[in-house]
Amino acid sequence: MALAKRIIPCLDVDNGRVVKGVKFVNIRDAGDPVEVARRYDFEGADEITFLDITASSDNRDTIVHMVEQVAGEVFIPLTVGGGIRKLEDIRRMLNAGADKVGINTAAVFNPEFVKEAADRFGSQCIVVAIDAKQVSEPGEPLKWEIFTHGGRKPTGLDAIEWAQKMVSYGAGEILLTSMDRYGTREGFDLPLTRAISEAVDVPVIASGGVGNLDHLSAGVLEGKADAVLAASIFHFAEYTVGEAKQAMRDRGIEVRL
Amino acid sequence: MASVAVIDYGMGNLHSISKALEHVAQGSEIIITSNPDKIIQADRIVFPGVGAIKDCMLALEEQSLIEVLKKTAEDRPFLGICLGMQALLEESDEGNSVSCLGLIPGKVVHFERGLVSPEGEKLKIPHMGWNNVHQTIQHPLWKGIPQEARFYFVHSYYAVPECAENSAATADYPEPFSCALSHKNIFAVQFHPEKSQTAGLQLLENFLGWNGAIPNN
Repeated sequence: MALAKRIIPCLDVDNGRVVKGVKFVNIRDAGDPVEVARRYDFEGADEITFLDITASSDNRDTIVHMVEQVAGEVFIPLTVGGGIRKLEDIRRMLNAGADKVGINTAAVFNPEFVKEAADRFGSQCIVVAIDAKQVSEPGEPLKWEIFTHGGRKPTGLDAIEWAQKMVSYGAGEILLTSMDRYGTREGFDLPLTRAISEAVDVPVIASGGVGNLDHLSAGVLEGKADAVLAASIFHFAEYTVGEAKQAMRDRGIEVRL
Repeated sequence: MASVAVIDYGMGNLHSISKALEHVAQGSEIIITSNPDKIIQADRIVFPGVGAIKDCMLALEEQSLIEVLKKTAEDRPFLGICLGMQALLEESDEGNSVSCLGLIPGKVVHFERGLVSPEGEKLKIPHMGWNNVHQTIQHPLWKGIPQEARFYFVHSYYAVPECAENSAATADYPEPFSCALSHKNIFAVQFHPEKSQTAGLQLLENFLGWNGAIPNN
């Protein structure tokens, strides 16, 4: 009997509708957030993450309203990321029923924001999202760098050092996305996941590249992730969350079934 | 109509707890309030909380809630959740020791750094996710909840009650720690029932039906 490794379906939300980008292009519509969240809850999802990709700040309220609706019907932890830039953004999300917020770009441009957020709301609700890409050449020691703008803009920040810094600033959890793998369905970047997970004391969620159920197990067993996040394999009902958990249990991983 | 006061002192996700209570409330009125007059009139009290214990105690003091919490914790069904459980003990090690409400003898301590699982895996802090809850006493709030049911946790500190009989359940991380406390009409949990799906909703429903007495087994 022990703490279970978590499976977290991720919903990309644009103007209150669920979408999923493949390498941030070719976005497909996969349904209504409340319906999808309810289905994942029923299937046994351990948490649900919403990534708000709404471009216009005029439409920011749609996500708040959506979180309120989901939180009124689905009683598992909810994380909301995307566009979290001010303490007021966090307060609104938590008041709407989110349990955690994901801070990504704002952390890169203003690391102090993570400190202020953790001081004000507690580390337990501050997830720092890290988008990393391998920058070492084949044959060189592995090295990853933080990228922003959907993996297009390098920052010069070393991914491992950045993760450690964010934890020292109060991040309670790291959501780690490999931008090399995002949307490829080739599996997590396992060396990256393992390097980050071993470098920090807080839980690490592996993200980016899941194409089949073996990838999820590999994220835990080889990547040492505490949780695994996936989107498309669940959205289009290729696999249910329950099947994913059974597959992980078959590999000897502790899961909540 | 029976009423439940959810204590609002600026430390927690009150929307979630009130929504979960509303979901299972059969004829109970759920009131989110920081008003001591309203709290004292409520039939049941839910004392939630997340964040730092120092800020929690400061907020309770500033909003003149300490007396009403102590009073209601004596005479009606009272449920502490997460930080709202830790605040019930005498003191917490968090931030160079903070005096708490002292309603249950014992203290709150931090998980040791460098913990490893029996399989040799590094255990992360905070203890975050779904863990098995091993019920160590019979209690009306455990009614209908299977032994070893999983609940959702997120915390770095945990309660160490002075009297073993105050412990109502344990979870392993990797050693067993008290994750639920029982003391007369007070029940308190480290995990989040409002985020623990079926088992969590069952616990909240049990609380709404509880008269505050612990039947002799």
